[in-house]
Amino acid sequence: MKTTITLMGKTYQFKSLKEIMAKANEEKSGDQLAGIHAQDAQERIAARHVLSELTLADIRNNPLLPPEEDEVSRVIEEGVNEKIYASIRNWTVAELREYLLSPNVTNNEITHIRRGLTSEMIAAVTKIMTNLDLIQAASKITVETRCNTTIGQKGRLAGRAQPNHPNDNLQGIKAAIFEALSYGVGDAVIGINPVIDTADSVKAILNMTKELIEKWNIPTQNCVLAHVTTQMRAIKQGGSADLLFQSLAGTEQGNKAFGISVELLDEANELILKEGTAAGPNVWYFETGQGSELSADAHHGIDQLTLEARCYGLAKRYKPFIVNTVVGFIGPEYLYNSKQVIRAGLEDHFMGKLHGLPMGVDVCYTNHMKADQNDMENLAVLLAAAGVNFLIGVAMADDCMLNYQSLSFHDIATLRELLHMRPAPEFERWLEKMGIMENGKLTSIAGDPTLFL
Amino acid sequence: MNQADIQQEKLIMELQTKISDKIIDKDEDEKSFHYTVVDWSTYVPNPKFPEGIDELRKVTPARIGVWRTGTRPLTKTILKLQLDHAAAVDAVNGEVSDSLLKEFNLFTVETCYENKEVYLKRPDKGRVLTEEAVKMIQEKCVKNPQVQIVVSDGLSASAIEANLRDIYPALLDALEVNGLTQGTPFFVKGGRVACMDHIGEILQPEVLVLLIGERPGLVSANSMSAYMCYRPRKGTIESERTVISNIHSGGTLPVEAGAYIGTILRKMIDQKASGLHLEL
Repeated sequence: MKTTITLMGKTYQFKSLKEIMAKANEEKSGDQLAGIHAQDAQERIAARHVLSELTLADIRNNPLLPPEEDEVSRVIEEGVNEKIYASIRNWTVAELREYLLSPNVTNNEITHIRRGLTSEMIAAVTKIMTNLDLIQAASKITVETRCNTTIGQKGRLAGRAQPNHPNDNLQGIKAAIFEALSYGVGDAVIGINPVIDTADSVKAILNMTKELIEKWNIPTQNCVLAHVTTQMRAIKQGGSADLLFQSLAGTEQGNKAFGISVELLDEANELILKEGTAAGPNVWYFETGQGSELSADAHHGIDQLTLEARCYGLAKRYKPFIVNTVVGFIGPEYLYNSKQVIRAGLEDHFMGKLHGLPMGVDVCYTNHMKADQNDMENLAVLLAAAGVNFLIGVAMADDCMLNYQSLSFHDIATLRELLHMRPAPEFERWLEKMGIMENGKLTSIAGDPTLFL
Repeated sequence: MNQADIQQEKLIMELQTKISDKIIDKDEDEKSFHYTVVDWSTYVPNPKFPEGIDELRKVTPARIGVWRTGTRPLTKTILKLQLDHAAAVDAVNGEVSDSLLKEFNLFTVETCYENKEVYLKRPDKGRVLTEEAVKMIQEKCVKNPQVQIVVSDGLSASAIEANLRDIYPALLDALEVNGLTQGTPFFVKGGRVACMDHIGEILQPEVLVLLIGERPGLVSANSMSAYMCYRPRKGTIESERTVISNIHSGGTLPVEAGAYIGTILRKMIDQKASGLHLEL
């Protein structure tokens, strides 16, 4: 493995693949906090140059976190198709980049080779891609999944209705759902982040949303984003859940901090397949986001982009219906400003898609980050152009429970109009039946939540 | 534009004129307009159930029933969101005024945060006091006090500005009522919650209470938390701290919080414990 390079008369000697991977990243406050970042702009490019000339075999043969020490590494290794890997193992990372961007390479070819890629290889190629590279390559990849309805088709943009309430008041949650539906948002999922993490409370929200979906014949799926063990208890006690939710980390230790393991997820998978209410076959909703491993002190000196890719390697095992990176939620110590959030959003979406995952993004920020609503609108347009499966929608972008800002229902409606995208097909037909949408445009009654009273 | 759209436009125009009439009064001397009471509400002009809008709005603080122009929100809805965000940003970037600190005889020390940018990027630096701060604390403060009070801006300077005048006297009263004595209080600029541990090492108080500005939300940029710990020291874990959060005029009232802190501190000293180990 070549680890030295001379650029502009200066020689750079890197100690390990871990160091090359970390220093090749675009500037991120999280890598700085971990103390693994490039010391100056030129060292960053030197690392990127060295990385671009490594082969895929170099990356696989130098594990950042050996499978013997970490179950996420084992899941990623088990997922590799050896025949396909053997056919591309001598490609350099640069060749992989140019292959993905070549005009002859379409969704079919990418779907084939990705079975030979590990999460670390996907992370590596991401580091040497520009923002527009990430958009173009991702836009080639289509990932369709089916729960009660199918989403992810080309030219479609779905939205999660996120009707959170500061004390889980059922009427209050309902009111925000009505608002979302009246703007044509809710086709990805009606998903509530609960305040109260008890089985009783989660069950009450699950059953309220299920009844509402049945009453109005809405082609969508419900989910309550409590800890997976709480959802399991709620389901066992008679809660009607279409989707099971869990946040993932990219290391075994990180998942331990989340209170989960592969064994627990396997057990939950069995339960939702047996006792979930959806048609399926895709019945999981995962969330991720750069920085969570570092915040749990479970990063093993690995950079946050690579760890994020490893979350997707783990997610793949459960064939999820939707995966969502909550890109700007974690705070300025991981992504400092809008430039970093925009970059991370594009990276995560691309990496997820290249893993074959149905990627959505929570385009969001906290109030102590150097970012505002305009930055979110920018990123949303970029992601819609990249073919993102779904975006998170919150009433006027202000989540009154989680205390951060995302995109509004208005924003999702605007993106659809602007970029000629439609809601998920079954949901669009329902919106037409309700008189909310006509020929892909909102009608004059759209935006009236009392339609559902 | 179809008939229904035109109808709606008209209704919106009428409504907005009504709102403008209500909130603008002309100041002749200044030759300018002053907004006195700003009504931010925008309304669905022709809802299916007119009485339903208020019903829905009553049950959630979410910004619903706000209407639109095309697919975009109305101007007032946007401006209100921007105003609330602006208050949050200013709270993060703001500074606690010297006059307020003087009022309560609080001298100021700093953590190793250097500046706002480093403060936000490196939470670890806000947990350690500068050498100069350590010296000043050792010179000025009573050692081994029963109760050590510390105030810090944290992520919201305006939380201190908005609540200190109410919570501080209430807290002093509560200490007296509970038969507790305090050491020498001071203000920490650029503090994070765990700066309690460093202060604990220096002064060895029996209990420490830190009044600190919370990460601002859009509902309130002025929310304060009170973190309390029995014998704070290096290596204290989060679950050993007791916290009252959401202290502001629209949440837990600062006067009530001050009284409650006194009761909790008493229990900590009696039970020699805090956090998960404390029975309240």
